[in-house]
Parts: sequence; C-alpha cells; structure tokens
Amino acid sequence: MTDHSYNFAYLDEQTKRMIRRAILKAVAVPGYQVPFASREMPMPYGWGTGGVQVTAACLVPEDVLKVIDQGADDTTNAVSIRKFFQRTAGVATTVATAEATVIQTRHRIPEQPLTAGQILVYQVPIPEPLRFLEPRETETRKMHALEEYGLMHVKLYEDIARHGSIATAYAYPVRVEGRYVMDPSPIPKFDNPKLSDSPALQLFGAGREQRIYALPPFTRVVSLDFEDHSFHASKAPHDCDLCGASESYLDEVITDDAGNRMFVCSDTDFCRTRREAGHVGRLGKTAGGGA
Amino acid sequence: MYVAVKGGERAIDNAHAFLAEERRGDPAVAELGTDQIREQLRLAVNRVMAEGSLYDPDLAALAIKQARGDLIEAVFLIRAYRTTLPRFGAARPVATGTMACTRRISATFKDAPGGQILGPTFDYTHRLLDFKLAAEGGAVPDAPMQPAPSASLPHITTFLNRDGLIETAPPTDDTPPDLTREPMELPASRALRLQALSRGDEGFLLSLAYSTQRGYGRTHAFVGELRIGTVAVELDIPELGFAVEIGEVELTECETVNQFKGSKTEPPQFTRGYGLTFGQTERKAIAMSLVDRALRWQELGEDHTGAPAQDEEFVLMHADNVQATGFLEHIKLPHYVDFQSELELIRKLRAEVMAAQAEAAE
Repeated sequence: MTDHSYNFAYLDEQTKRMIRRAILKAVAVPGYQVPFASREMPMPYGWGTGGVQVTAACLVPEDVLKVIDQGADDTTNAVSIRKFFQRTAGVATTVATAEATVIQTRHRIPEQPLTAGQILVYQVPIPEPLRFLEPRETETRKMHALEEYGLMHVKLYEDIARHGSIATAYAYPVRVEGRYVMDPSPIPKFDNPKLSDSPALQLFGAGREQRIYALPPFTRVVSLDFEDHSFHASKAPHDCDLCGASESYLDEVITDDAGNRMFVCSDTDFCRTRREAGHVGRLGKTAGGGA
Repeated sequence: MYVAVKGGERAIDNAHAFLAEERRGDPAVAELGTDQIREQLRLAVNRVMAEGSLYDPDLAALAIKQARGDLIEAVFLIRAYRTTLPRFGAARPVATGTMACTRRISATFKDAPGGQILGPTFDYTHRLLDFKLAAEGGAVPDAPMQPAPSASLPHITTFLNRDGLIETAPPTDDTPPDLTREPMELPASRALRLQALSRGDEGFLLSLAYSTQRGYGRTHAFVGELRIGTVAVELDIPELGFAVEIGEVELTECETVNQFKGSKTEPPQFTRGYGLTFGQTERKAIAMSLVDRALRWQELGEDHTGAPAQDEEFVLMHADNVQATGFLEHIKLPHYVDFQSELELIRKLRAEVMAAQAEAAE
C-alpha cells in the first residue's frame, strides 16, 4: 500500500542526495560526526528521525527491511517505523535478521552475526561521546580535531577510583581505528564487541543533533578501558527462561505482584529462532506451544 | 505463565482510533470548522505559522484542529508538512517600511510622523471575563473606521539615525543562510540567529528576554517601534527579468532601542535589537528583539556576564520547541535494555559496597 503522494521512502531526491553525501563522508572518515541538514520528519525528534532519514536515503525497492527497538520487532516504535516504510517505500519487511538487507535499530545489535551486504542503521539520541563532560559543541568539535580525549580518560579513571569499575553500562564509548572516540548509541555495553570487525556497514543517524557517522565493514572498534581494568561485556547472569540461551542479552521481566521475575532474550528474533529449533528454557515451551 | 507483550501493531491502531474519537469530543456538540479556527482563534493560528515557519492560515488552522489545540503539536505538523514542499525560489526581502500597518506604536516618542496606531490590542482591556461571550450569538458592532494613511509610515528609528545617535545597520546583499537546509554551525551570523529566534518557542524566548530585564545580561531596551500589518511578497521571475508580487503576509516587526554607553570598540550611541515574526505575534517579536540584542554582546564589545541570554549556543540549541518536545518526550519510549544494563551495574556496585561494609564490621 505505497502512498504515491510522497516520493519513494518519503524524502525527496535532493534531500536523499544530501544525506548520501554525508553518509559517504562518514564512511570515509570512520567515527567522525558529519553535520547534515536534518529534516523535520513526520515522527517526533527522539523517536529515531536520524535513523529514519539514513534508512530512507539507503533504501532501494529491492531491499528487505527489519526494524527493532530494544531488540524486539514488535515494540510500538519499531512497528510504527516499519509501517512508515511499508507505506512510503513499499519495501518488503522481515523479522528475520539473516533475511534483512537493511536493519534499523534502537538500543541493540542483533545477536545473530551480521553478514556482508547488510546495513545496520542506529538511531542516536546524543552523538557526542564527550557531551556530558563538555556541553559545548564548539568545544567538543575542537577536542575531536585535536584528538584531545584526556577528559574522557579522566572520567573513566574517576569511575574506577570511586566505584572500583567503570560505571557506564550503556552508550559505552569506543575508539574507532585508533582515531575518533565515538558514542555507539545507547546499546548495552554487552553489544560493544559486535561493533568491531563486522562484515556489515554500520550507519548512525542523529536527527535532532544533525549528525551522521559510520563504521565501514571490518573497522576496528575498541571499547575504552585501562590495562589493569579491562573492558567487560556484561549481562544478567542467567540463561533465557524461554529458549535457554546463555550467550544472549536478557531483559528482566517482573511476572507477578510478589516481584518474581524471569529473564528473556531481548532479541525476539533470536529467541524465536532458537525455540523453533527446539531449545527450551526454564519456563519455556517449544515454539507453537505459546510462551 | 509469562506471555510476552505482543500486538504492538493492534495497540497502535486502537490508540489512534481512540485519539480520533477524543479529538472529536461529544458528537452532540457541533464540530469545529477550520474556518472558525482561522477567524476566531487567529492568535493561535499566528503562533503556529510563526513557529512552524510556514505562512498559511488555513493549514495552521487545520493543524490546530488535528492537534486538539496543542499548539506545539500543531507547529510540529506544519513543520513536517513544510519540509516536503519544493522550493521555487527565494522572495525579495520584504519592505517593512511600506507595511500597511494595522498597529504601530513607539514607546520612545510621544508622537512621530504617521502617528501612533493602537490597532486590535489587549493592552488597555480590563481582564474581566466577558460572560456575554459564553452566551451564543450576538453581532459585534462595527469598529469605527478611518481612511488608511496615504503615505507609507517611516521607521521611527530612522529619525534617530539621522542624528547619528543610533548604530547604523547598513543593508547587505548577502544571501542569508537557511537553517532548514544547512546544519547550524556555531558561531552563527546574526542573520542565522534571527532566523532561529523567529521560529523559536515563544515561551522560551519570553523567559530569556524577561531574564535580561531582570539583570541577567541587561540591555536597557525600549520599544522604538512595534508595527503589525501586511507587506507584499515579491519574487524575481528569471524569464521576465523583474519581480512580481505573489501575495501578502502579515508580519510583526519590533525594533528596540537600547542604551549603550560605549565600549572599547564602539562610541556611546543607541544600539538595536530586532524581531520579525509571522502574523500578529507581538509578545514573540518583542522577546526576539531583546534576545537578539543580548546575543550581540561580542560584536559591540560588551562584557560577557555569563547570562543565559548572552550564550549563543545555549539559546540557539534550545529554542526550537519541536526538537525540545521530541527529545523530552522520547524518554517515555521503551528504554528497558538500557535500564537493564543500569540495573546490573547498580547491583554489582551495591554488592561490592555491602561486601566491603560486612568486612569492615567483622
């Protein structure tokens, strides 16, 4: 049900060209935040307008699109964005990570490793990793230009001095190819290792802040740490209660008034695929049997 | 047994249906026409046009109706529509000196050529609820009429200009930047700042301007002139080789005259703040001109006192209500992945502290 009153994928071709230029620049300088003239989109800022614009600029009619929010295909905002592209671009959609050519995500990287040719588009609220150390854009751009990241290291050091470990659990800063310090968007730090050396192209769009940045395939991405306090990708120390997976990121779900809880994969496609393959967790039934 | 939360799609559809029903309200009450909004809620329409950066009273009225009267939501609807419109060209700068004024006042001169025109203002009304309005109907008697002045009304600040008492603002042919087509870069030119302020949130600018009056970046402003009226919009047609009038827009223009004792670089003289907005939106235009003046501290060689209204990055990055409301309200979207990681972190940190305390107690 393509809506023909708008151009393919909503944005006009001039705007797409402007965004594609920004993307090309971002790919050429991995981790560098490229300013772009972000447009008002028909969904609010903060709902993924940057990601939506990047996706719109990347989509071709043959694409198969997957949209996730918090790892799930069926959360309201993922549904809304998927519907938006169904309506304005008429592209095929999927929930299967392997089948998708473009995946727009908020806050997660799919568990299943991405492959060459896939594009992962991140929605980014605050693209500047130094923002909460220095609120001024004019200053932070200078700091990136001069590769002046001492402030960030001091912050991480102070965390260790105060808490014994680095007290950042999501949006954990990374260094790209030894040059730019980058905000990986608010993914849990559990996902950080997946950023590095991925065969897929990773694009980051921040609409309100008017920035695009990128990790081309097989870019080396290192989570910031210290020799004696190395980075650790943490998750809840449980297995998925539905599919039994021990290596996936888990959501904690409160199941009754007594405060009992269960842990389930945040990546719904990963969990479903495992259950269909016969894996069963503590509380799960095999696929088709409810759950 | 736990059942995963599914059915986001159906929930969204149902929520939209509920919203449509709520927007309509009691079906026994006659539906509001967009023409009624355009004619009778004109100041709301003006605000939506000003902050939506699109001069179209009918669309603004439609947006207000669709947004159930939420003006920021209506501004957002207009902006999202505006961004899809093709650009045919740039109009010539409008000549506010030839404005057909419905209101024109000066606080600095008791009288001036052209006189003071009060126009449709609340200024001298007593704010007593008019219960007659609650009763329906009743024709409004015609307001007394007077022929429009034959000559155009000169800007009042030009009188000061003749004596060299106010800074000159030389005209320029530079094409102003367009913040809807280029990402905003800081430091911004005055033209870009004015553009951002003109579409900025009225409430935000009001508070900032108020803060300068209370001493946070004080600029001693007088309203040199406030004028409201219609101006012609002209577009150069390349095939014709001359400009053609394509329509009229209503504008509010405010020029403040600010006391200035001189600085290291500038002699003592009056300085200017400027505000220009769509429609009759005078609170916004006055606030804009105060904030504009406060932001000019550097160019005039004044001291930076650390006042928020002097801080270009602070003002420009936070003046847009569509951006602000989007980012503010997005925190109600699901964040459970991030929250989960925080939960793990807090548990870990707590466990360490508890262990240390237990050890200390032994």
